[in-house]
Amino acid sequence: MADPAQIFRRIAIAGNPNTGKSTIFNLLTGLRQKVGNYPGVTVEKKTGRFFGSHGEVMELLDLPGSYSLQVRSPDEAVSRDVLLGRVPGTPRPDAIIAVLDASNLDRHLYLVAQFLELDIPVIVALNMVDVAEKRGLTIDLLALKNSLGVPVIPMVASRGQGLIELKQALSRATLHVSDQKAQLPIVLEREVAALSRMLKGHAGSVRSEAMLLLSLEDERLATEVKGDAILLTEIHAARERLKLSGLDPIAAPVDARYAWVSEVCASTVHRQGEDSHGLTFSDHIDQILTHKLWGWLAFVGMMALMFVCIFVVAQAPMDWIRSAMQAVAKWTGAHLPAGDLRSLIVDGVIVGVGNVVVFLPQILILFFFLGLLEDSGYMARAAFIMDRLMSRVGLHGKSFVPLLSSFACAIPGIMATRTIENRNDRFVTILVAPLMSCSARLPVYAIMIALLMPASNVWSKAGVMLCMYLIGVIAAFVMAGLFKKTILRSETPMLLLELPPYRAPVFRGIVQRMWERAVLFIRRAGTVILALSVILWALLSFPKPPEPNATQSEILSHSIGGRMGHAIEPVIAPLGYDWKIGIGLVASFAAREVFVSTMGQIYNIEDAKQDNEDLRTQMRDERRADGTPVFTPLTCLSIMVFYVLAMQCLSTVAIVRRETNSWRWPLFQIAYMTVLAWIGAFVVYQGGHLLGFR
Amino acid sequence: MSESAENAEPRSDAEPLSGLQPGQRGKVTAIEVPGAMRGRVMEMGFTIGTVIEVVRFAPMGDPMEFKVRGAHISLRKAEAAGIRVQRI
Repeated sequence: MADPAQIFRRIAIAGNPNTGKSTIFNLLTGLRQKVGNYPGVTVEKKTGRFFGSHGEVMELLDLPGSYSLQVRSPDEAVSRDVLLGRVPGTPRPDAIIAVLDASNLDRHLYLVAQFLELDIPVIVALNMVDVAEKRGLTIDLLALKNSLGVPVIPMVASRGQGLIELKQALSRATLHVSDQKAQLPIVLEREVAALSRMLKGHAGSVRSEAMLLLSLEDERLATEVKGDAILLTEIHAARERLKLSGLDPIAAPVDARYAWVSEVCASTVHRQGEDSHGLTFSDHIDQILTHKLWGWLAFVGMMALMFVCIFVVAQAPMDWIRSAMQAVAKWTGAHLPAGDLRSLIVDGVIVGVGNVVVFLPQILILFFFLGLLEDSGYMARAAFIMDRLMSRVGLHGKSFVPLLSSFACAIPGIMATRTIENRNDRFVTILVAPLMSCSARLPVYAIMIALLMPASNVWSKAGVMLCMYLIGVIAAFVMAGLFKKTILRSETPMLLLELPPYRAPVFRGIVQRMWERAVLFIRRAGTVILALSVILWALLSFPKPPEPNATQSEILSHSIGGRMGHAIEPVIAPLGYDWKIGIGLVASFAAREVFVSTMGQIYNIEDAKQDNEDLRTQMRDERRADGTPVFTPLTCLSIMVFYVLAMQCLSTVAIVRRETNSWRWPLFQIAYMTVLAWIGAFVVYQGGHLLGFR
Repeated sequence: MSESAENAEPRSDAEPLSGLQPGQRGKVTAIEVPGAMRGRVMEMGFTIGTVIEVVRFAPMGDPMEFKVRGAHISLRKAEAAGIRVQRI
């Protein structure tokens, strides 16, 4: 594609959450998107390219959705720093597309007021004009354009309306900086001007920076001025002077901006009829979905539907993938000469990767549901309903979303904790997030449940699986409460949550995100899991025993993996596991789903003639030395509980290291979860024995 | 308990936002939310002079949902108690 020198214009797209910002981003850039990271912080940097009206190359930068440019977490600092042109490797944008919800200008213009302070050309994408119209709002576009001093493009992004006009506005030869701004009280304006002079050398708009610094709470101010003692003293002195003249330094700029917003709205938005007391569509839905009784039923019902779909709907495509993989393995096996190479490709690569790729349909369904909940606006209601429970262990309703996402995969879940402002609360959420049963555990649960109750119907199987999820949830709550009272002590954080209007989700956007996840998953299967499968195959095949006619079982027992399994057997015997399961556990510390492929490899390698026989049958027929089955119901349960509670995922360890910026937390997490898993499995196995189960 | 306190004082006096029932409205007179969240609460629209309507309580009685400048915002009772309003 075009080289960077040819980029005609760099544009940032920003707006409040739930304004359709991502929809517009996707409309403009299509699949020409790139996801990276900003240096030093963990905020995702999403860019894309598109062509202007005359074929010019435009680069579009997606800024995280936010309500304000004021900085109260490292995450929020990124948007401001990008707009001030202070992020290395990210040039200051030439213009901002401000995406607004036309049905609620009273609120959304606040962020525009801050953008106008930045002295960057702004283009307003007035989204969802159809919703505003339905609510009886008439927006005088010309008046709005004049009072903002910027181009205003009416849009219905979900239907692609207004896209051409937006592109035209972005392609104009010159874009102007608006001369409209919120008027500050004179005393404040004077202090802002004085402070601006002190910031002269800084990049971007110093006036905007001065305003942000003046109205920043003390907690954050120290980090923002980066030890500049003179500046800090000056800010404090200015605040004292403001207080003396009767101005609240934090409230004054906010009040000034909102006063400006009200003025703009008064002259541009006209209401037909008495809308203010009438109930909107969203209000009617909320009367049911946040109802004392129906609200809970709907919540539990939705979660149940999601898990039944993951279990039932995904079955057919999973069977197709499974048989395709088996066919590939068989064909390859038939066309390669017997020996180490064939063993590597068939037993290592195809079986190893195949057993993981099989879970793609389930992951896709899960992300589909999460996307649906997020885009429809229900996710915020879930946080609203759950906050009381979450706050009981000292967490935030906002922790609910990361934890719910962790049911799909702890990695997006842990990344989603960035919306939690308080460090301690964020770390507690990160520490317990991997206790939520992620989709990588599904293969383990699925095979164990199949062994546990082969004849039962799908509903009782789903019931056992739900129990496993519940064990994880309860453990997460108990541990979160414990951490909040001990190592990460802090006040229960404040809840400040917008409940956005319900909207019909844009399926294209959801499918696009599912696609991104699928690519990520396949890439992981193709790299990490492929590498692990090969390493595992080597561990289970070498060194070879000295005698050339050794049986497969002797080869396995002699291998490094076999020896490791033997070595940990004394520790895991009280949990009901033999050394072969031990090999599976060792391998699973890289990634949980590897357990299934390891078991596949162990039994395939051990019994080469049974290549085509189902892994489940092989595991069911597995016997201990005394002739009793290895996989008794209690052992199966014990294994499942171990997998619920143990931290077995290298990728999660890596992401926790990155998010907490230290090795301390991931190491602590591995330690506490492993101990918890051992205790849990021990209680199940030994307790079950005492009660007379086998 | 809150009933008697209400009766003892004249109605025009400021009271905590958390004391209002669904459907009731109040005009903000002071924001006494502690620490770093004060500015954020104001930026979400809870500024002095703004009229706020209580929409509902969550199914478990807490948090509360408010209508502020056309948006629905949720706060816990404990935090809403820091916002003083004049009932209208």
